[in-house]
Parts: sequence; C-alpha cells; structure tokens
Amino acid sequence: MNRSPYITDAPAVSIIMLKVLLALVPGIFAYVWIYGGGILVTIALATITALVSEAALLKLRQRPIRPYLSDLSAVVTAWLLALALPPLAPWWLVVVGTLFAIVIAKQLYGGLGYNPFNPAMVGYAVLLISFPIIMTKWPAPLILAQTQLGFMDQLHFIFSNTLPTDVKIDAVTSATPLDYLKTQLMLKHEVSGIAQVPIFGVWGAKGGEFVTAAYLLGGLYLLQQRIISWHLPTAFLATLAAMSLVFYAVNPAHFANPLFHLMSGASMLCAFFIITDPISGPTTPRGKLYFAAGVAVFTYLIRVYGGYPDGVAFAVLIMNMCVPLIDMHTQPRVFGHTKN
Amino acid sequence: MNSIIQFASKLIRGQTAETANVHKFHGGVHPEGHKQLSTTLPIAKLAIPEKLVLPLRQHVGYIPKVKVQVGDHVLKGQMLAEAEGTVSAAIHAPTSGTITAISDAVIPHPSGLPDMCITLTPDGKDEWTTLQPVDWRNTDKKALVASLRASGIVGLGGATFPTHIKVRADGKSQVHTLILNAAECEPYITCDDMLMRERADEIVKGMEIVKFLLGAENSIVGIEDNKPEATAAMTEACKALPDTSVKVVPTLYPSGDARRLIHLVSGVEIPHDKRSTDVGIQVFNVATVLAIYRYFTLGEPAIARIVTITGSVNSPRNFEVLFGSPLQTLIDAAGGVKAGTTHFIMGGPMMGFDLPTIDVPITKAANCIIAATPNLFAPPPPAMPCIRCARCADACPVNLQPQELYWFSKSDNFEKARDYNLFDCIECGCCTYVCPSNIPLVQYYRYAKSEIIAADKAKEAADLARERNEFRLARIEREKLERAQKHAERAATNKAESAKTESTKVDATKAEEVKAVPATTESEKPASSTSADDAKKVAIAAAIERAKALKAAAAQAGESQKKSEVTTADAPDASGKPVQTEDEQAKAEQAKKDKQALIAAAIERAKAQKLAAAQAGIAPKNVEDASPAVKAEISEIDAIREKAKQAVKAQDSDSEA
Amino acid sequence: MLTALYIMLGLALALGIMLGISALLFKVEGDPLVARIDAILPQTQCGQCGYPGCKPYATAIAKGEADINQCPPGGDAGARALADLMGVEYKPLNAEHGLPKPKAVAFIDENICIGCTLCIQACPVDAILGAAKHMHTIIASECTGCELCLAPCPVDCITMEPVAETPDNWKWKYPVIPIKAIPADGGHV
Repeated sequence: MNRSPYITDAPAVSIIMLKVLLALVPGIFAYVWIYGGGILVTIALATITALVSEAALLKLRQRPIRPYLSDLSAVVTAWLLALALPPLAPWWLVVVGTLFAIVIAKQLYGGLGYNPFNPAMVGYAVLLISFPIIMTKWPAPLILAQTQLGFMDQLHFIFSNTLPTDVKIDAVTSATPLDYLKTQLMLKHEVSGIAQVPIFGVWGAKGGEFVTAAYLLGGLYLLQQRIISWHLPTAFLATLAAMSLVFYAVNPAHFANPLFHLMSGASMLCAFFIITDPISGPTTPRGKLYFAAGVAVFTYLIRVYGGYPDGVAFAVLIMNMCVPLIDMHTQPRVFGHTKN
Repeated sequence: MNSIIQFASKLIRGQTAETANVHKFHGGVHPEGHKQLSTTLPIAKLAIPEKLVLPLRQHVGYIPKVKVQVGDHVLKGQMLAEAEGTVSAAIHAPTSGTITAISDAVIPHPSGLPDMCITLTPDGKDEWTTLQPVDWRNTDKKALVASLRASGIVGLGGATFPTHIKVRADGKSQVHTLILNAAECEPYITCDDMLMRERADEIVKGMEIVKFLLGAENSIVGIEDNKPEATAAMTEACKALPDTSVKVVPTLYPSGDARRLIHLVSGVEIPHDKRSTDVGIQVFNVATVLAIYRYFTLGEPAIARIVTITGSVNSPRNFEVLFGSPLQTLIDAAGGVKAGTTHFIMGGPMMGFDLPTIDVPITKAANCIIAATPNLFAPPPPAMPCIRCARCADACPVNLQPQELYWFSKSDNFEKARDYNLFDCIECGCCTYVCPSNIPLVQYYRYAKSEIIAADKAKEAADLARERNEFRLARIEREKLERAQKHAERAATNKAESAKTESTKVDATKAEEVKAVPATTESEKPASSTSADDAKKVAIAAAIERAKALKAAAAQAGESQKKSEVTTADAPDASGKPVQTEDEQAKAEQAKKDKQALIAAAIERAKAQKLAAAQAGIAPKNVEDASPAVKAEISEIDAIREKAKQAVKAQDSDSEA
Repeated sequence: MLTALYIMLGLALALGIMLGISALLFKVEGDPLVARIDAILPQTQCGQCGYPGCKPYATAIAKGEADINQCPPGGDAGARALADLMGVEYKPLNAEHGLPKPKAVAFIDENICIGCTLCIQACPVDAILGAAKHMHTIIASECTGCELCLAPCPVDCITMEPVAETPDNWKWKYPVIPIKAIPADGGHV
C-alpha cells in the first residue's frame, strides 16, 4: 500500500550526480587546452576502474548492482580523483588511487551514503603519501613546455612511462607554482621575486589559472541549479582569502597574496566539488560554514607550513572527522523552541 | 547574512506587495495545486443514500456512548451517541430512519481495521427533530459551551478535535485573537475555498459567535493567494464584523498548519510545549465556524459537511454530504470514476491515506476524496540510501533535521529521535516530497512516533502493575499479621470461655471479605465432614460431567460475544458481588454438597496440574546460588504459596475423613 | 632527571586532588540499582525468569546472580536495555525461560467458573474480582498476561486471549522499502 505524500518533486540521485559531472566539463575542456589530451585518458581509466570495482564490490556485498551503478556516484569520485592527479600520471597510479577510493573508502564503509570520508580525497591522500615524487611531478603547461607532447605521446607515456626518444623528462615537467613558491621561500627568496618565473600567471599558475576559472564557472552552475548550497563554497573561499590576506598584510615578502591562493592549486575544485560532497560533509547550515572554514584554514596552513605543496586533501579529511561533532553542535533552532 | 540572502531572493522572485507583510516560516514546498479541477461547479447536495453508517470514532478523544438500540426509529438531528469524558463528541442522526445495526464495520482509518458503527436506514421523510436554536448573545458562556458539547461539532479541517474544548475558558489565558484558517494549502482540496465563495456571510456570522465565545477582540482570516474569489468574498463579508481583517498569505505548503499560519499572519511563534491559547490565539477552520453558526442560529447539529471529490472522476466537484453516506454514492454523484482508477485517497496527496476499501462512510474528517490512478500518483521508485543532501532539512517547516530523525527512526533509536524533537514533526510530508533518494521519511517518523507512544503506554501499565503487586504483597503481609493476632486472641478466649463456634463464625465471615482461602475452607468444614463417602463419589462424577458439558457448550456458543461482555459490562457488576446476603447463603447451602464435591474434584486436578507444572520446570529455580536477600524474598513469597497449598490440603483431608 | 620526576609527581598529586574534589562536588545520587533494573522489567510478575516476581529478579540481577536474558515478556528490547544498564554484553533471550509472545489478557469463562478463588490468590496484581463460590472476572486493563492464574484453575475456565488490534492501539508499521524495482504489474495496490 502506498503512503502519503503521494507526490514528490525531487531530482533523482543520478540526476544530481549527472549535473555535477556536467559542471566539471568546462574544467576538463580547459585542462585539455592547457595540458593536452592525456587527462581524458586518465579520466577514462579512473571511470572504468571505479565502475568495475564498484560492481565487483556490490556483487560481493550481495547488493543490487544496477541501481547503485547507475546513480553515477562512482563516476563522480573517479572524475574528481582524476582531475586532482597530475595530468601525465602513469596508468597504475590512477588505477590504484581509484581502487582505494572506491573499495576501501566507499564500499567497505557500506557504499553510497555511508562513507565518512570523501573517497576521492582518501584515494588522493594515499597516493600522495605512497608516491610523493610522481604525485608532485606536474607537466609544464603546453604553452611553457620546451617540447610539445602530442596526444599519442601522452598516451604512450601514461601506459609505458616512456617518452619519444628525443625528449627528456625535464623538458615536459616543471614544478607547480605552489611547490616552487614553497621551495624558493625556504631558500629565503622573496615572493615578488619568485613570482617573476614564467610558471606564474596573472592570478595563479600560468595556464592552470584558466582551469581554476573554469571550475568556478561549473561551480556557479551547480549553485544556480541548487545542487550545492552557497554556504560551503562561500565560507571556504572567504576564509581562505581572509586568512591569506592577514598573512599577506603582515609580511607581503614572505606570503603570497590572497588571489594567488584562491586561483592556484585545487582551491576552486575544492570549494565547489570536493567539500560539497554531501555524504562526508555536515548537514546543518551553520555546520557547513564551520566545516568549509575549517577546510580553508587547514588548507592554508598545510600550504604555508606543511610538508606538501597543496593541503586540500588532508584538510578535507581532517574536517571529515569533525563532521559528527559539527552536526551535533550546530543543530538549528526548531520552530517553537528557544535557543539552547 | 540571512537577511541579505532573503532580500536578494525576494528581489529575484519579485514578491508582491500584497503578501509582503507576512512572517515567513522556514522551508515549505510548492506542490502543484490541481484545485481548478473541482472549483468549476458550485457545491451540490448529495441525495440521502439508502444506508448511513456512522462510526463512533469520528473525532479525537473518547468514544461516545450509544444512546439508541437496534430497531429504534430516530429523527433527523436526534442524538445517537452522547459525548463521554472530557474530549469526546456526540453523534447525531443525519436523517430520519431506523437504526438497523450497531456493529463493527470498516472505517476510514489508515489501519483499515473495523470499528463500532451505527447503521441507519433512512425512511426517506427526512423529518427533523425539534430544533432548539440558542440565543447566544443572551446566554451564559458556560451554558453555551455545554450546549456545544451536545452539538457533535469537531474541527472540520481534518484534525477533528472536539470544538467545545477549544472555546472552553481554562481560566489561565485570555484569547484576544481568533484566526480563521482558510489557507487550505493541500493540493486538490477545495471544500473550504468553495464554502467561502458561496457562504462567506454565514462564515462571518459564525466568526462573530466564536469571537463572542472566546472573548476575542480581533479576528484575522488567513487565505493563500491562490484563492482570489474566496478572498474577495471574505473581504466583502468581513466588513460586517469589526476588527476583522483578511490576510493573504503566499501559496506555500504547509501554510495551513495551525502553528505555521499563526506565525504567518501574526508573527507569533507558539512555543512547542504550549498551546496557541496560552499566547491568546485560537485557530478555527472555515467549515467549523460555519457549523457553529448553523448550530446556534438554526439548532442544527453536525450532520453533514462539504467534501471535495476529485482526481480521476468524471466530474470533480464539491458536495454537501451527510455523515455516514457510503463513498460509492459520492463517487456516483461525481459521474463515476475514470478508467484506470485503482484506489481512493482520503485527505490531500501530501497527508492523506489510502482508503482500505470503497465500502467506507464519509466521516467528519473527510474533507477530500481523491480517486487515484498510477498516472496521477506514481508508485515511488525504490528508495536509495540517504546521501545527506539535507534538502529535507531545507524543506522542513518546523526546521527539524529530517535526515537525522530518519537515521534514528530507522535504527529504532527512539530516545535519540525524541531528543531531536521527533514529536515536533507535523508529518506534513515536505521532506519526502523533496527527497532525491525517494526515502519514505514520513513513514519512518509515523512508525517511530507510534512505537514511542506504545512504549510510553506500556511503561505506564508496568508502573501500575508494579504498584498493584507491591500493594498486594503488603496486604498479604498485613493479613498474615492480623491472622496471627487473631489466633492468639482466640486461644486466649478459648481458655476463658467456651463460646468456640461464635468466634469461628466471626473469623470466617471476616476472612471471606478479604477473599482468603483458609477462611473459605474453614467455613465449609462442618458440612463436608458430615457428608458420606459414597454420595461424594457420585457427586464428583456428576460435577465433572457438568463442567465438561458446560465447557463444550461454551466452546460452541459464540465466544466473541462473551468477550466483549466481560471486558465492558461485567467488570463493575462483579465488583458488587462480594457482598453476601443471608438469602444467598441459604441458597448456597442447598447446592453445597454438589458444589463441594465439584471443588474437591477440581482441587484434585489442580494438584495434578501443579505437579505437572513443577515437573515441566515452571516452578522457581536458580535459587541455589542466590544471595540471602533474594532467598529471603523468595521464601517469603513461597511461604504465601505454601499457605495456600496447606489450605487446599486441609480441605482435602477433611473431605476424605 | 630529578626535575622531570618532580613535575610528574606534582602533576599526579594535583590531578588526584582535582579528581577527589570533583568526585565530592559532582556526586550523582542515582536510583538504587535494583530500582533501575526493576524499571526496565515489564512488571508482568509472571515468574518465567525463575524468580517469584519482577522485583526479586531485579534484585538477583543487581547481585549478579541472574542473567539479563531471562525475561521473555521484556523481549529482545528488554534484554538490550538491561545489558546497557548493567554494562554487559547483550545476549539473546534464553529459550529455557520461554519465548516472547504477543500480549494477551486472561479471560474467565463464566459458565464454567465455580468460584474457587484460586485464581484470585494466584494473580500477582489483583486483577481478578470475585468471592468464594461466586463467579470471577478479570479486569482486562489491569491484567499483565502473566498466565499464573491458568495453572491453579481447577476447571480450566481461564484462557489467554491475545489483545486484538483496534484503530485505537494500532501502530504504524516499519516502512518496507524494496531495494529492487517492483515489477510494473504488481507495483501498486
């Protein structure tokens, strides 16, 4: 027997996930334009790994496969992880990361809706800890590279880790601005001087800043579609900006300006796509503000003082741990109740 | 921050000035109205059906007491059942005719269970009983409330709370504002809308009476902005009543919920643990006010209401329907159902429920009947896990966290659910309406609520049982002491006097009053010792035969009849029985021999049963390793049991001698 | 080295004093354990646990003499609540003491009852009315369904009638959600 309410007006989970994927498309376009088509291979590889491993795990857990695969949540995880990895990451790195995200971080915790940690970030963090050299070796944007790698060359590199005979690895890779900034600051250089290096663009990383801008565009689409609430990205970006502004104001020679922080690394991806994962995030409006602000604080601290160039993954995982606590202490006032 | 956002969203949505001065509540949803379906035709009167079935349970509260019998001829408006207890409502005959049955029938209730109903077969004359209009302006308010108690009027918005309770002055708070709930926010339902369009004058006259009863100075009519015709009619009619305004609220489900509406039109947020009267506000539904008007000025009790019949019927419209009319007659009057209709929903699509069968009567709660097809109301897709998207929290008009409540209800963590204010949930269905995972959230809350309520009731019953058990143990203890004392006294008197029999007699009667076995056996001693052995054996056989025959007969006779008799009628009777008269005792003397033999035989069997029970392991065990305290407690109770056994044995040996 | 030792000692001392003071200051006067256990027990007074009532059983549990899984009327939930209170591992009900069954109340067939008062004496909550040689009847609302009156009845006139479901005591059921799509033909009632 049916029970009221008999009518509903809600997008299915799969539609929500599809819109998230759609919102990532501008970012992927920019990515291809800046770094070449290799990223498409990485995304495809991650997607296939995610779907196959999810299906296998569902089968093992004796859950229906079709409804859970078609909710597209595994694809979202795969795409986010792929976009967080260096563009020319070897195939096995992609596979291992995705497997870890889907099998350990998601399915072993009970599948969709039950994972306390953001699966993509778990996958990323595991790879970063296990393979730090590969994970921090980013290819130079095409516009800066001494030698241009074609799509087939990139494909070849991803699967066999070999470059065309006349190309040296140093010719196609470079440090990321965040990484470079950190190492140069340790050598007591000043920010203004460091930023003269060609890898720095107008706002953030040369080339990379366009990808970041494309993510922002996709994020605004999600906001307009009411897929994500304004609390998370606003609080994240505002806190990151405020924090970097304070440090920058105190010592501009030693700390990068707020715009640089907002437009480099994974800031925008994090603000609109990673911390907006509802499952591992808080549910109360106030909790979302605290959560996003916390992620921003940890991101900045890890970027400036930590051992890794970007701190988004660890910041998100740390704040994921705090979610039950945040939710418990940010319960909104119920109608007819006094604030306690 | 929120105010900036709200300002921005107001700008974007282009809010009209008309609804700008309302105090919005959190959340809410915008389901499609479908109201134009049933507003094209005016309200029609449904003809008197061939049979009316009136459930006794048509309101919140106690079941009324039936005042008629099968075969009685009743007149229209005559009271059939009288309100019993504080919260209860009377039931009246919707037309003249004969009572043909008072029995269980399926009632329109989500459980689909049968309940007691009065069946009335109309005689077609539709003859009114003598109506007694009340000159309410010149009558004492207490008398008016008492009179309203006999009117059978309950909240016709769907809550069916007896109206006389709502106008009763509680002496604590003074109501200053009457709010007329004309929001009618549920999709499809238009009964209040049509009533306001057609009978606005009578509604306003009813408001005047209610204002007088409440002693309220102001009144506000709250109407959703999707009912312009009703708004116009009410605005016009309200000119006749001082200090009355019509307030248009934006169409947003569930603005018709009383607490939400109060907040919308007055900005007052009723504390969760208080009633609206505590802050001087009382809310009445449009149809209820109209019923009050008709009762006081015409003397007509609650016998009919306006019902919307809509959905998959050929001509959806509103009907004035006599209570108890079969649903089928209403459907026929609406031109019958369209092809593909699978079932019927009572109430709106957000909060209504599936009717268990088409054979149900229209009751006081039936504001709307929707003929449903899978096209209109698609069965929900299979539920997916909750992804904590908090859309439900955004939609909740009470600002609860439905995803947390779901989690607690699902895992039977009822204490936590209560902590997260489960009982503030109004079951409006907004959360389920917006859930992307298609989780039937409201169903989980209904489940959790009824489990908690049942557990609370069980707890109450357990507390009562504990109290009674403790009282009993104390009484047994006291009796033991008294008996010992008596014994000592008797021994003393025996020495002094020789009036032995006298004291035994006194003892026996006293003990009988407290239902103790030793006394019973003592009183029977002289008689049994005189009876002969042979006669006894014959008597035993005869008694056993009789008991068996009786049992067989009882098994054959309808047991259900007896059951109801025992639980209701007989309890008070039995309590009067312990009082014995001399006549009765004399009569008992006559049948004594038979009875005694019967008891002897019975006791024999009881002993055998007890032995069997002991062998089966029902008797207390695990006492070997118990602590002294527990052992003491056990031995105490065992002593009581032993005493009973002794008494049985004593009687046994007596009858054998 | 010595400084570290002093610091540790000082800390231990300070913390110890703090704990001692707070133990005195924030002392919680809880209900006696027996009463708290008794509050969980269903008060059926049926003796199925092997003790002559709920209170003796509660006393035995408090003393550690009885297990928490001997009360069939309390059901699984009762065993869980007791396990929770006592801080022990939950155990499923011990079948030796009987199985939980739906709540029932005793019913006396008044055509057979001979008025022997044996059931009245057996009833732990005085829910049976009547006097010697007069028909007895049961106050249904006060009957705990302990079945203790069944065995003493010499003429077997007492039966246990399960409490019927009415619209009054009806409960909403746990929602059943199919995880697989329902076939199109049988999806709707």
